[in-house]
Amino acid sequence: MDTRPLHEIPEQTPLSWRIAFTVSWGAMRRRFLRLLITMFGVILAIAFLAYMLITDHITQTLVAVNDERLNVLLQNAGADIFSGGGTDDLMLLLIGLSLLTCLVGIVNSMLMSVAERVKEIGTLKCLGALDSFIVKTYFIESALQGILGTLTGMLLGLLVAVTVSFVDYGGYALRHFPVLGVLKSLGVTFAIGSLISVFAAIAPAYMAAKKQPVEAMRIEE
Amino acid sequence: MSDTIISAKDLCKVYHLGDEVVHALRDVTLEVRRGEYLSIMGPSGSGKTTIFNMVGGLDVPSSGEVSVDGYRLADLNPRQLAWFRCHKIGFIFQTFNLIPTMTALDNVAIARLFSGVSPRQARRDAARVLEQVELGHRLDHVPGELSGGQQQRVAIARALVNEPSIILADEPTGNLDLALGEEIINLLGGMKDRLGITVITATHDMKMLSASDTVVWLKDGAVDRSARKGEVEINVGTIDGETVV
Repeated sequence: MDTRPLHEIPEQTPLSWRIAFTVSWGAMRRRFLRLLITMFGVILAIAFLAYMLITDHITQTLVAVNDERLNVLLQNAGADIFSGGGTDDLMLLLIGLSLLTCLVGIVNSMLMSVAERVKEIGTLKCLGALDSFIVKTYFIESALQGILGTLTGMLLGLLVAVTVSFVDYGGYALRHFPVLGVLKSLGVTFAIGSLISVFAAIAPAYMAAKKQPVEAMRIEE
Repeated sequence: MSDTIISAKDLCKVYHLGDEVVHALRDVTLEVRRGEYLSIMGPSGSGKTTIFNMVGGLDVPSSGEVSVDGYRLADLNPRQLAWFRCHKIGFIFQTFNLIPTMTALDNVAIARLFSGVSPRQARRDAARVLEQVELGHRLDHVPGELSGGQQQRVAIARALVNEPSIILADEPTGNLDLALGEEIINLLGGMKDRLGITVITATHDMKMLSASDTVVWLKDGAVDRSARKGEVEINVGTIDGETVV
């Protein structure tokens, strides 16, 4: 049989991020319960971070008011009014640890998901998927669940921090509510959460892309 | 256009499992003509799937050469191989291999998307092919909501949607009962007649013999014998009125 010259053989065209997003989003919707479980770890860690940062802002603002009755309320709530109410090192350590747990949680659940879907990845490659498409879909799926978890965690942290400060300081918290500071804290939380989510998405996406199409042929006994 | 669509010459595949050397294929030479229905038969471990992997561009031989539809597979880079798999080969698997989170329509449409058409066109083409395999009323069902036979028909639609030159079906009836298996065999035979697609099945289902133009028997990784239609003797009997071979 005559063979064709190499330059006549076309190369597969990569699919866009938009198509990869549609595929990932579809997979996430159908695995919603599983997604919630993974996201739960992210939600808690981010809620903790948001709560600490927002509470810190509120406390610092209220300490700066320097009202006698308010100072009593602050001291009752456990704030150190002499050091300006700032977060101590132990808390920073706790936040760091919870974020690390959240990172490991995402990586772990996504790696499990890759292991479970080896056959699916192999099949997609048999159909003509390039490595880059697999990377895109797994990256989006992993990053998206981290980011969705981050957004939910931010809301939860905000809700708890605001509720606690209203319970502790009543009208003072309302009158002196540091809107800008809270927004800044939410921004920082979102940035940290997203960064962790994107970072955690790299390894599983890479591992998924390295699976071979021949895996599609394997039959589990 | 050449009459030969697949040419495999002196194919050998050797796996090293620790100290043990396993010869999955030993000097297999095979020629398949365009539009032929070839069944590769043999027990488990005889090398059927290994040949499939070579022809489908999923694996490379340890030695020997495979050319498919004019493409010498060993020369292709990964992106060319992906193009080749997408446009030239339609894979059908024993375990159907549908994406469980996608509907029947999306399972077929994703294969079409890889060929470079727009998502809207992909869904339109997918719906058309699913109609052809009589699943037009099941487009929005996920695999879990379909019977085994219906899932395999979705897989056939997926294999057909890019109008490949060759269908590689690895034990397509292996997970189906007798009647459904026969339905799938008829569907594959029909594709060959209607679309002129070359169909290669790896099987140990004797029913496949009646549909095949050529049958190749493998034993321990080597071609044991081969026969053309009419040369194969099949003993037919009946169980409860149903024909069995």
